[in-house]
Amino acid sequence: MNIASLLAATSRPPIAIRPEQSIREAVALLSRHNIGALVVVNAADAPVGIISERDIVREAARNEQVFTRPVSEIMTRDVITGLPEDDLLSVANLMTEKRIRHVPVVDKGKLIGIVSIGDVVKAQRDKYRGEVETLETQILADQK
Amino acid sequence: MVLPGTPAAPLRVAIIGSGPAAFYTAEHLLKREDLGVELDMFERLPTPFGLVRGGVAPDHQKIKSVAAAFDKVAADPRFRFYGYVEFGKDVTLADLREHYHQIVYATGAQTDRRMGIPGEDLRGSHPATEFVAWYNGHPDYQDCQFDLQQERVAVVGVGNVAVDVARILCRTPDELAATDISERALEALRQSRVREVYMLGRRGPAQAAFTNPEIKELGALGGADIVVLPEEVRLDELSRAALEKSQDRATQKKVEILHGYAQRTPSGKPRKLILRFLVSPVELIGNADGQVVAIRLVKNELHATAAGTLQPRPTDNLEELPVGLVFRSVGYKGVVLPGVPFNDDWGVIVNDKGRVLDPDTRRPVVGEYAAGWIKRGPTGVIGTNKPDAAETVVSMLEDLAQGTILTPAHPEPAAAEALIRQRQPNCVSYAEWRRLDELEVARGRAAGRPRVKFTRVEEMLAALGPRQKA
Ligand SMILES: Cc1cc2nc3c(=O)[nH]c(=O)nc-3n(C[C@H](O)[C@H](O)[C@H](O)COP(=O)(O)OP(=O)(O)OC[C@H]3O[C@@H](n4cnc5c(N)ncnc54)[C@H](O)[C@@H]3O)c2cc1C
Ligand SMILES: NC(=O)c1ccc[n+]([C@@H]2O[C@H](COP(=O)([O-])OP(=O)(O)OC[C@H]3O[C@@H](n4cnc5c(N)ncnc54)[C@H](OP(=O)(O)O)[C@@H]3O)[C@@H](O)[C@H]2O)c1
Repeated sequence: MNIASLLAATSRPPIAIRPEQSIREAVALLSRHNIGALVVVNAADAPVGIISERDIVREAARNEQVFTRPVSEIMTRDVITGLPEDDLLSVANLMTEKRIRHVPVVDKGKLIGIVSIGDVVKAQRDKYRGEVETLETQILADQK
Repeated sequence: MVLPGTPAAPLRVAIIGSGPAAFYTAEHLLKREDLGVELDMFERLPTPFGLVRGGVAPDHQKIKSVAAAFDKVAADPRFRFYGYVEFGKDVTLADLREHYHQIVYATGAQTDRRMGIPGEDLRGSHPATEFVAWYNGHPDYQDCQFDLQQERVAVVGVGNVAVDVARILCRTPDELAATDISERALEALRQSRVREVYMLGRRGPAQAAFTNPEIKELGALGGADIVVLPEEVRLDELSRAALEKSQDRATQKKVEILHGYAQRTPSGKPRKLILRFLVSPVELIGNADGQVVAIRLVKNELHATAAGTLQPRPTDNLEELPVGLVFRSVGYKGVVLPGVPFNDDWGVIVNDKGRVLDPDTRRPVVGEYAAGWIKRGPTGVIGTNKPDAAETVVSMLEDLAQGTILTPAHPEPAAAEALIRQRQPNCVSYAEWRRLDELEVARGRAAGRPRVKFTRVEEMLAALGPRQKA
């Protein structure tokens, strides 16, 4: 199973923000869409960073004026991106190993989606569950 | 408005399709004791079960027994089956909105993905989807022609469907005669002159999509020796490191099995099944008549993407493999349903937890849902559709509780029945399917086979005799 099929299954467009927008706008987007991170994209829709609720909380703890600052000041810059053809398993390993919760997905340089650790865990759980359910359905059928 | 969902005013649900996703959706709805519900299931073929009948390989009879679990669902008096009724042709979305509170699309993935290389449409190059549907007796594919007089065949891809196709090509006539493969395919495969079947994987053994029981079976075929080139299954440094890091047991086992095959010497069985890795087709080569005569392959090496996936990168090394028949098994693809929002890139209905979404506003379309392969894409085994359908049913019941459902003018089952029979007088009920099923099994018993399928719609309708008029 690859990331393309995971994106197909969630069929959610990525929620993105521009680096010059304010943290206040970022908070509004996070809360409106009930998500944990936003991908920061440039004018060409290419990811240039990622900003998470944790980044914002950490900054707010030491800076009262956080809300008026631009996203570019606190976003994480070295963002690791995925491709639609990446295997689910390697993205899962990447997330555990690097302790990251979100991987933006790009196609031909443009942001097309975002995969969260929750999506990955759910996809793996569904895969195992599917195998178990197949066996169970068969056993129930045999007991007719 | 009083909400439906009680025995007196049942929730009326239309389910489109009758594969695993459709039956699991029905099962989840029917087992809700707090819900008054009446289900109508629509299937474009006279026969139910989708890929369980038309996809699962004929030499895998045991897995087909899941159909008995679906029979139990169908035995519920609140369930009706309308076979030979196609959504978009015999009944439209507008019709269903007049008769149901909720509509679930569970239409699967009806077509194939393309490779996008020159020569793909030469004579002798076929999607695996068509070959599979043909040997399983799907009525739409009975006139397909596959030239089994060719001695060398390539199957592109190393997923479980590719394994099915390669295995069926390698089975002996006696082995096939013990299955419910269509008589037409059985006869054609009896005459087969195929000697060598090549399965072509673009990545290495550690990245192959097939699962271990399936690949083990290929090593135990009565009529074919499995051949694996040692240099193609030796793990490269990147694969070795990735495997060590992930400690993924299934992949370790897979690599072990393949290494075992590489050490075998062919025992002189009539056929050879050759598993190739690290090669991508770049072109199908035809002769003057437009018939495939060879497939041009490029040797690949692996590189790691930023996320750590090992992907193929072409080298300068080309190879020409002479083959007269090619099956492309690079994945299935969903098809758009008239009037239903569709994402063409992914081949799925645009949805969120099974709720169909308007692609522009991203807001749910009231009363419409999706389940199974048309909801999440063509991956996963039969049972994967059960939790998938459960998620859709949760969305349906949440929406019902909110009153966000369709308001049909004629929710009575009899009204829908009258419309359907008027549109498709030949529609097939579940009781009638059970008669067809018994007839097939009886025909099989006579021939020492699990069943002998009806493969033409006319045959099925004729076997049912004069139809009752509504
Ligand atoms: C070749 C092959 C072999 C497989 N083998 C196995 C196996 O051995 N074990 C296993 O566990 N899984 C196997 N699978 C996977 C399994 O078959 C799928 O997970 C499952 O069938 C998907 O269920 P579905 O209900 O979404 O789609 P489907 O099973 O495809 O069902 C869709 C149904 O909708 C109907 N339909 C489509 N359009 C319309 C319309 N417009 N109106 C009315 N009806 C319509 C179709 O005719 C079909 O009956 C296999 C898959 C393939 C392709
Ligand atoms: N016995 C069973 O349980 C059974 C039987 C049949 C099917 N199924 C299930 O049904 C689902 C569909 O099976 P499937 O085989 O159609 O899909 P699949 O498992 O996704 O396999 C597709 C194969 O095609 C390859 N491929 C894709 N594009 C290609 C290209 N352009 N060139 C060369 N190779 C290409 C893929 O390689 P990459 O990995 O490099 O992309 C992969 O090997 C799977 O979940 C499968 O497990 C199960």
